[in-house]
Amino acid sequence: MQFPILSVIVFTPIVAGILILLIPGNRKTEVRVTALAAATIAMLLSAWVYFSYDISAGGYQFQELYKWLPALGISFRVGVDGISAPLVLLTGIVMFTGVLISWGLDDRPREFFVFLFILATGVFGVFVSLDLFMLFFFYEIAVFPMYLLISIWGWVKTREYAAMKLTLYLFIGSVIALVGALAMYFQAGLHSFDMLELEKAGFSPVFQHFWFPFVFFGFAVLGGIFPFHNWSPDGHVAAPTAVSMFHAGVLMKLGAFASLRVGIMLMPEGAHFWKWVILGLATVNVVYGAFIAAVQTDFKYVIGFSSVSHMGLVMLGFATLTKEGLTGAGVQMFSHGVMTALFFAVVGMVYDRAHTREIPELGGFSKKMPWVAVAFTIGGLVSMGMPGLSGFVAEFPIFMGVWKVQPLIAIIAAISIVITASYIIRVIGRVFFGAMPEHFEHGDHAVGDVTVMDKVALGVICIIMITVGVYPSVMVPLVQSGVKNILALVGGA
Amino acid sequence: MMDFVLNNILTLILFVPTLVAAVLFFLPRQEKALLRWTAFIGSLIPLVLSITLWLNFGAGAKGFQFEVQQKWYEAINSSFHLGVDGLSLTMVLLTTLLTPLCILASFGIQDRIKAYMILFLLLETGMLGVFLSLDLLLFFVFWEIGLVPMYFLINQWGSEKGERELWGGRKVAARTYASFKFMIYTMAGSLGLLLAIQMIGVAAGTFDLVKLFSDPNWLSAQNLGNVGPLGLSFGTIKAIAFWAFVVAFAIKVPVWPFHTWLPDAHTEAPTAGSMILAGVLLKLGAYGFLRLVLPLYPQEAEKYAPALAFLAVMAIIFGALAAYGQDDFKRLVAYSSVNHMGFVVLGIAAAAYAAGSTWAEDGVIALNGAVLQMFNHGLSAAGMFFLVGVIYERAHTRNLNDFGGLFPLIPVYGGILIFTALGSLGLPGLGGFISEFLVVRGSWPIFTVFTALSMIGLFLTGAYILKVIKKVLHGPLNEYWEHHGLAEINIREIIVMAPLMALMLWIGVWPAWILNVINEAMKRLF
Amino acid sequence: MTAENVLAILPEILILVLAGFVLLLDALWPEPKRRSLGWLTAGGLMLILAVSVAIARPGDDPRFAFGGMIRDDWLGFTFRMAFLFGAAITCLFAMDAEQLGKKGEFYVLLLVSTLGMNLMASAGDLVMLYLAIETTSIPLYVLAGFVVNDDKSTEAGFKYMLFGALTSTVMLYGFSLLYGFSGTTSLYELAEKIRLGLIPTGVLVGTLMLMLVGFGFKISAVPFHYWAPDVYEGAPTPVAGFLSTASKAAGFAVLMRVLLVAFSGDEVMHSWTTLIAAISVITMTLGNTLALAQKNIKRLLAYSSIAQAGYILIGLVAISPDGPLNLGIRSAVFYLIAYIVTNLTVFGVVAAFERVSGSNEIDAYKGLSRRSPGLAFIMLIGMLSLAGMPPFGGFVAKVFVFAAAVETKTWTWLAVVGVLNAIIGLYYYLTVLKVVYLYRTDNPDDEQKPIPLTRPYAIALVVLTAGIVLIGTLFGPWFHWAGLAAGSLF
Repeated sequence: MQFPILSVIVFTPIVAGILILLIPGNRKTEVRVTALAAATIAMLLSAWVYFSYDISAGGYQFQELYKWLPALGISFRVGVDGISAPLVLLTGIVMFTGVLISWGLDDRPREFFVFLFILATGVFGVFVSLDLFMLFFFYEIAVFPMYLLISIWGWVKTREYAAMKLTLYLFIGSVIALVGALAMYFQAGLHSFDMLELEKAGFSPVFQHFWFPFVFFGFAVLGGIFPFHNWSPDGHVAAPTAVSMFHAGVLMKLGAFASLRVGIMLMPEGAHFWKWVILGLATVNVVYGAFIAAVQTDFKYVIGFSSVSHMGLVMLGFATLTKEGLTGAGVQMFSHGVMTALFFAVVGMVYDRAHTREIPELGGFSKKMPWVAVAFTIGGLVSMGMPGLSGFVAEFPIFMGVWKVQPLIAIIAAISIVITASYIIRVIGRVFFGAMPEHFEHGDHAVGDVTVMDKVALGVICIIMITVGVYPSVMVPLVQSGVKNILALVGGA
Repeated sequence: MMDFVLNNILTLILFVPTLVAAVLFFLPRQEKALLRWTAFIGSLIPLVLSITLWLNFGAGAKGFQFEVQQKWYEAINSSFHLGVDGLSLTMVLLTTLLTPLCILASFGIQDRIKAYMILFLLLETGMLGVFLSLDLLLFFVFWEIGLVPMYFLINQWGSEKGERELWGGRKVAARTYASFKFMIYTMAGSLGLLLAIQMIGVAAGTFDLVKLFSDPNWLSAQNLGNVGPLGLSFGTIKAIAFWAFVVAFAIKVPVWPFHTWLPDAHTEAPTAGSMILAGVLLKLGAYGFLRLVLPLYPQEAEKYAPALAFLAVMAIIFGALAAYGQDDFKRLVAYSSVNHMGFVVLGIAAAAYAAGSTWAEDGVIALNGAVLQMFNHGLSAAGMFFLVGVIYERAHTRNLNDFGGLFPLIPVYGGILIFTALGSLGLPGLGGFISEFLVVRGSWPIFTVFTALSMIGLFLTGAYILKVIKKVLHGPLNEYWEHHGLAEINIREIIVMAPLMALMLWIGVWPAWILNVINEAMKRLF
Repeated sequence: MTAENVLAILPEILILVLAGFVLLLDALWPEPKRRSLGWLTAGGLMLILAVSVAIARPGDDPRFAFGGMIRDDWLGFTFRMAFLFGAAITCLFAMDAEQLGKKGEFYVLLLVSTLGMNLMASAGDLVMLYLAIETTSIPLYVLAGFVVNDDKSTEAGFKYMLFGALTSTVMLYGFSLLYGFSGTTSLYELAEKIRLGLIPTGVLVGTLMLMLVGFGFKISAVPFHYWAPDVYEGAPTPVAGFLSTASKAAGFAVLMRVLLVAFSGDEVMHSWTTLIAAISVITMTLGNTLALAQKNIKRLLAYSSIAQAGYILIGLVAISPDGPLNLGIRSAVFYLIAYIVTNLTVFGVVAAFERVSGSNEIDAYKGLSRRSPGLAFIMLIGMLSLAGMPPFGGFVAKVFVFAAAVETKTWTWLAVVGVLNAIIGLYYYLTVLKVVYLYRTDNPDDEQKPIPLTRPYAIALVVLTAGIVLIGTLFGPWFHWAGLAAGSLF
């Protein structure tokens, strides 16, 4: 029997969480080491899956199928394709770097890692799900730990408000999608929640036109689509660093991914019908997000809104329903995921030392933390879509896809590139270069360099972004094989 | 061994600087001498390779030589495709020559040498990539890559003094302002280029330049069908794409009125930064015109050539006037770049206009002049900026009025300055004369009025160059320097200037070795 | 008394025996030892459950016993086992409660009430039904007011009794009308008569509404819910837990049987489904909305229970007997099973906390996660299950109930309403968790004071928590039972 690697990946975090729960609360080092071990295992396994995926064969690989409730056709079915394999890897990377970044967390690390790992299991579960019920099951598991993580360990000023807003928003989105999914289940008449079977179900156009928005927009809320993006910036800012990394890096991809898997792939005719609405909203995301980011004074809010903008690009790519657009969106989910994880990690490092995130109050940090400055600059270049890095590899095909559909949107969306460049440069210039305020330089509040753990985390991410940028073949063919499958369902070009 | 080198020479030339940068990364930050010399010696390797390339290049052959094509981004039909013809070879030679000289010139930098050298070498890769690319997407990648190191070089190692005021009264360091303006201006300009390239990719289904060149209908009403609805006619769309390309390159050259980023960037950049900026980076824009705009859009180029020629003449005249009016030595040289690059654009415009008509040959002559001017200006501008840097390091001022009568104090420097300045002016016997003559000779039958006007510019060029020489070297000796003394130019600095001066002389006296190569390429350009 | 008849009411007989036994030992044992009566009762109940599952399972075809008084089918059986379980847990919770644990009467009353509930679940006759309801309710009135020196408890008992008496009177009137028009008290014969159209629809609707007063009271549906917050708050916490779970479930069992068996004609079904749907919407919405404002945890849980009843009613409405899956009743029964386990967990935590801290104010729970991480975690699981989060039973239950609504297509909007209500519910459940996990105690020293759990609490809570997770992950067996129960109705 084939080794059930996907199930192991999915359940490793929660098993580790249970083990951590049994460690006494004051043994913080044991807790951290266990967490790191689990994260390393998950990352290595997900990397193994990524590199062992057979691109020529395509389709869903590493499949496992266990009956769960045959009476209703619910099964525990997992598998990865070209789109989900990079996302599984992404989750592994973010989990690993997140644990490294949280090494210094001192207030109840045990509970923190338990909730973080429940979140990780939920996320892994969604990415590998091939059963609709199971997808929802793990989707909700990924939602509720956010509330606890943000409200307990988050930024004191806004954590309660942001945590509740985020949780309610995401829950609303998911339950609306649930109703849509249930409608699909009954309409198909197949007595099965199995997504591969539902792909063949053939829903009537009228059905799809009505139910597609439920499912797509329900999930896209988590993807941050305008106008349901409001939870995201506050949630980002209020969350502790590792949670922000997860939130922007992985969770938002979860929403986009689910809207693709359940919305677009299962109701392709509905996708075509609603295409223009999604294109329009996504364009607003891209441009508006960039504008708002440009005027923020809080460092973390800048990044938060830039996430809204970049996720807009993902959904723009989806909405084109073209080979290039979907490929670009697939790569962008990965590229933006790691990049934003890096961003939030850096923000956390700065804040931990400076105790402020107001850009006018910061400055000259490259003197004290040079590695961080370089890493953030590389991340910033990825964000701008600078060629030679993964951001360009992702954004270029998306734009090509948009050209195929409506060139005007490409031109409007391209404006965001310049806006992004300007605020990224401004932020880098202000925070890392320039003059350092006196009190950070010497004395009690002097800022020190970051730890080895932090540097390793940042280094790993930088290498990945550069590798994908310089050598796209390491990711693009894989994503393309997944796109091929989607195009077969959607009937696009 | 030799075979390996020759077979992969372009890839080597392109990536050796990056490799050297990688080596530098692992060297200890404190070993200043080690870092400097490693960077310098490392940068000589691409020079040796490009000389080898030059010697093995067959000038008369059609098409591109030493081609390399590898799979790169197959999903969107873009490949890693390199190749040289006479035009790009000339530029590659210029780049690989100037870089070591710039690095040698940068030996005076004390702060964060490692980062500086790494950035410089990465910049070299970016520039070389633009010249060597035969794939539109790859071209764009390297085009943008060149921006980042330049931004940091200006921002971090640029002149420390000086402030600019922004909207809302906030004051920033001049170098911050200059670097930001440079980056955003150029990026905004390349935005149109990006969009046009995206459209081409979708329509034509390929980014490969060789394929695009070989098909006169590379963009047709038919393959525009691949693109979504634009609601405009084919002619209009192609014209817009043309202008998108033109604007991006016009900003880089820079063509008046897109030149406003240049004085600030040049002035605030560190010496070597200005050298390479004026020496090579501006040529990227002109190269873009020659390599992409003329072959891909011959009809549009012909149609709008008069407009371009007009702008070129404006650049020549106003650039010279502005240079004349400067008190800041470096800013004067910066404006002189605008002035000299104007000739390049005039030549290009003339050739575009004359293509396919009875004056086609004159057009080729003008092109020869343009390309040679690119090379020559690279040498002379780099030289001038370096000399500004030399005196600034000693005097800590760039104000021309602070100098005066320095010739007796620093005769060697004075001699070199006169030589280089006259080379910039276009004195017969030095390279600048040949290229400017060719441009004027070629453009005269085509754009008589414009060419005549540009002669005014030539006259003004003489004016500002002589102003410089007079203000710095001649006249009564400035009391201040008499008391404080001024150090003479040293050996290292002479070594930096020597190759530039030698080449200026060589080209001025016997230009055939380079003109042949250029000519063969220009005959077949489009 | 044939063997079949005995087996049909074997659990009830055994309960009676156990009650007598407890009463005897209560008289014989000295006061300190009487706490062990709790162990005895709980253990006895679980034993009865085991024995019943072993030998007294109903067959594939439902049978009538005692001349149609009792219907021995899976619906009744499932509920009866649930009641036994609930009662056992309640005993464990009550054992260490100050005024309850050492009183033998408490256990006896509990047993008698459980007996009544069992009879409610398997009643096949209107008279039996009424007797069973009263047998259930009267001990519950006493149990609610058990703590005689506490004003709130007395008030609770009194209020409960008055309300209960009033509603059961109205219900009895409805029963009598039904008998008058049909000439029979057997539910199943009634069903026949209705199907043959012998009874006018207007009469049916009228009597139905009268009966709904009584049933609605039992399940605390709006507008018969007014007693719930006060009674839950005033009654001793273990009793409140029992009320909110077993008693409510018994009400649902009766509601299911009466509505789906007796009133199963097409015309009349249309009227009552609309009516129940309306009640469901108001119940969910009112329950959730009013819960938002509560500062006392027992009142919050009371409103939460009211809302939960609303969700279950969705399942009741979404009947499509010709639909392939017939999720309606199945999902309602499954929900009840999950709900009983979950709500008992939460009430158990409240009881354990109250025992040590003496307070039921939500604010008193501040810093619980630092004082007793384990107890806080159990509270977390319970609250999240109520909210409908995986991997807990509440999630699966809600999904099934909403699926049932979507299956019918006509009632899809009800699923949407339910879903929106779940969001409101999430808000206040999370607020409680916020207090438990985020807020710190007012006095920093208090953080060092843990909430010790005595053995009965520990056992009960662990079993319940495991149950929640089990129902949420390996839901196959429970769903199967729910299916058997639903199938046996018709």
